[in-house]
Amino acid sequence: MKRRKFDVAAVPGNTARAVDDRFQVATPLRRLLNKVFPDHWSFLLGEIALFSFIVLLLTGVFLTFFFEPSMTEVIYNGSYAPLRGTPMSAAYASSLDISFDVRGGLIMRQMHHWAALLFMAAIVVHMLRIFFTGAFRKPRETNWIIGSLLFWVGFLAGFTGYSLPDDGLSGTGLRIASAIMLSIPVIGSWVTTSIFGGEFPGTIIISRFFIAHVLLIPALLVALISVHLGLVFKQKHTQWPGPGRTNGNVVGERMFPRYAIKQGGFFMVVFGVIALMGGLFQINPIWLFGPYEAWVVSAASQPDWYVMFLDGSTRLMPDWEIFIPIGDGYVIPPLFWPTVVLPGILVGLSTLYPFLEARYLKDYRSHNLLQRPRDVPFRTGLGAMAITFYVILTLSGANDVIADKFHISLNAMTWAGRIGLLILPPIAYYVTYRLCLGLQQHDREVLAHGVETGIIRRLPDGRFVEVHQPLSAPDEHGHGELPYAGWVVPKKMNRLGALGPAVRGFFYPIEKPAEAPVSPGHPPVEPRAERAEIGSGEKQS
Amino acid sequence: MSTHTAEPGHEPVDLNDPRLSRFDIVREGARRDDIEIVHYEPQVVPGSKAERRLVRTVAAMFLLTGVAATAFLVIYIWWPWEYEPGRGGDKLYTPLLGVTLGIALLGIGFGILTWGKKLLPKEVSIQDRHEGVVSSDDRLITGETMTYMADELGVKRRPLLGVSLLAGLAPVGAVVAAPLVGGLISQPHKNNQMFTTGFAPRDGQKIRLIREDGRPIRPADISAGGQITVFPGVEHGVSNKYADSPTLLIHLRDADAEESRRNNEREGHGDYMWGNYAAYSKICTHAGCPASLYEQQTNRLLCPCHQSQFLITDNAKPVFGPASRRLPQLPIEVDAEGYFVARSDYTETVGPDFWERP
Repeated sequence: MKRRKFDVAAVPGNTARAVDDRFQVATPLRRLLNKVFPDHWSFLLGEIALFSFIVLLLTGVFLTFFFEPSMTEVIYNGSYAPLRGTPMSAAYASSLDISFDVRGGLIMRQMHHWAALLFMAAIVVHMLRIFFTGAFRKPRETNWIIGSLLFWVGFLAGFTGYSLPDDGLSGTGLRIASAIMLSIPVIGSWVTTSIFGGEFPGTIIISRFFIAHVLLIPALLVALISVHLGLVFKQKHTQWPGPGRTNGNVVGERMFPRYAIKQGGFFMVVFGVIALMGGLFQINPIWLFGPYEAWVVSAASQPDWYVMFLDGSTRLMPDWEIFIPIGDGYVIPPLFWPTVVLPGILVGLSTLYPFLEARYLKDYRSHNLLQRPRDVPFRTGLGAMAITFYVILTLSGANDVIADKFHISLNAMTWAGRIGLLILPPIAYYVTYRLCLGLQQHDREVLAHGVETGIIRRLPDGRFVEVHQPLSAPDEHGHGELPYAGWVVPKKMNRLGALGPAVRGFFYPIEKPAEAPVSPGHPPVEPRAERAEIGSGEKQS
Repeated sequence: MSTHTAEPGHEPVDLNDPRLSRFDIVREGARRDDIEIVHYEPQVVPGSKAERRLVRTVAAMFLLTGVAATAFLVIYIWWPWEYEPGRGGDKLYTPLLGVTLGIALLGIGFGILTWGKKLLPKEVSIQDRHEGVVSSDDRLITGETMTYMADELGVKRRPLLGVSLLAGLAPVGAVVAAPLVGGLISQPHKNNQMFTTGFAPRDGQKIRLIREDGRPIRPADISAGGQITVFPGVEHGVSNKYADSPTLLIHLRDADAEESRRNNEREGHGDYMWGNYAAYSKICTHAGCPASLYEQQTNRLLCPCHQSQFLITDNAKPVFGPASRRLPQLPIEVDAEGYFVARSDYTETVGPDFWERP
């Protein structure tokens, strides 16, 4: 029998045919490859969170190989000389071992921590983008809710992870957490002893936090992220208004090749930045804090940044204790309000916001086009109000450090925070609202009268006026009013193509400058001989 | 590939037409997904100087990745990494790993980005969302199908089935929750643990105050104006097992002690001090941090976590910050051998507040 020649070139085709015979993937794959994504830099903020999460999973798995989630007391005998001979929990000792006795362990630990901080930061910034552009409106309310939940689940993930090393700082945080649970009316002491397996700190909390941190919470995060992305995919991305863009289409690039390639590159960049930070910037040097001891704490103990707003609210809370004179009497401690009630209100308000706004505006239509923040002043104002509230709380979470560094009285810092928390958000709302109106008005002005050219003309009667370049042909009254399209209005002459395109090349031009139209109002100018190559694109002789 | 721009109104394409270019087939595929590729423009002319330059740039980035990754491996394997006290080369191990890994990843990242953004053609495609064109037929059919299924089950006609199903399933839900809740739940007031500390006398024996290293304390050990953290002199007294017990023993100056005694008497704690010595719980009544910053001049104790301040000379009452309850005072005396002991346990609840505290 004649041996058949093996045709290498036919292998991909044959394989593809064999796969499609069995799984019928050609049609869905074509749809996937063709899917169109609109492009704007602000659409990539959520990606940073996603990519940080992937880095978290990778580095986190590495850390579990060496971490021992146990509160058994051991005597440290590792490489770090200053702590040798100190009694400590096995969890803290193994965290020290990861930092000093596991090759490359410290960079993994630091990358894990930086990725966590970046994850939370990206979530917050992404959420602000969604909020200020109105991307949460129908049909995307569900995804907004999932996104807000992701912040709080990420918050839990961060806190449980932060507590695991059982160092002096995280132990203090854990003690505060136990006090927060204790403060819940009626069931507080039951909740605390049930979670800690007895009185604080007990011997079980680290192993419980461990399984929550490495299994339960990540599983929840993966589930929420999957649904989040699935919904973005199903509902298609929102887009900015612009030429050819309507509420019923998506204008952009197909997923393959360009969009996917850019995503892949961006992932590597995020990963690379986290690697640089993990290597160069020290984070959470647990060996300096020592093991957790209930009687030791130092000044300037701050939690990770995303917890600081709760720390701040706790510091600003006045000492209002509610006493209920029944029987022996019961109390609701002041700690309950800023740490349990406030987050509860924040979760409720943020998840309900899309529905509240729709109800307020009586707007129940679907929106796929984004809004510029200036075009919805009340929403932008509310956002500015929320940011101000959050920033004051976060700063108050570090008010002892600020007081120390700037030589301000600590009590004055607390009072400034208390008063600022009440006064500044409304001011922020008002200022933002007026700014939005001003920006709107300027847009309309340019549409009606044209772009300022910077050319001052003296009239025969001696007055000076600036020449405006109208954006459209004027009607018989000399006005050419264009409707506002919800997108950037050109406000400089070079936005209208009055100047030639920039010459490409960083150190020297890599191409001949294109022939460009002469700026209106300027006579053609002879280019200076020695600068001819990198001229402004003005007409060359 | 040349610039393509969409022509309006296209004919159905015969995919087997040999005259079709590959791009024509791609475009036809996009059309079948309701995507119109309206603009497709190469960014570089094949063979041009600009293209060669870009290709060189991307290649350089990829090669940089290779170099950095190799450097990472070399450093990982051969650089001295074990911790040595002092300023040894091991302190550079982590930064070097970070720099090489970061450069490797950034090189490949920017290489891919440049490839995608500069070398691939720019395009504008428009895809229909198909929103609001949900077939009302489909809605009707799905709705009717579900109602039909409910009808077939006949829960309305046979209510007993529904009721019994619910009644049967309800305890199953509880069965799922029971082991979790039952296993975790823990009685908070077992052994009166929330109201006792390590200073509670054992077998009628008063508990000594000890230092962190376990030695008992004589009055002469603390100079006037000084303070020291003390622990119950029991087994594991200096450990987190007695997380509520750490106490601050303060030797007040004469005038302060006088004022302190007066205020103690007002509260019925007249005999809690011994001489000029007073002992207050170190566990903040606000959130349980150790209130450990003692300011001698004002006799204030500051908790560094949330800045509650307690006035030691007036029963450690809160004078600023979120704490609403004074630090409990430990009644102390000196035993026959001249060491400090606790006369009894704290008479108020130590640590952060909770519902049933009073």
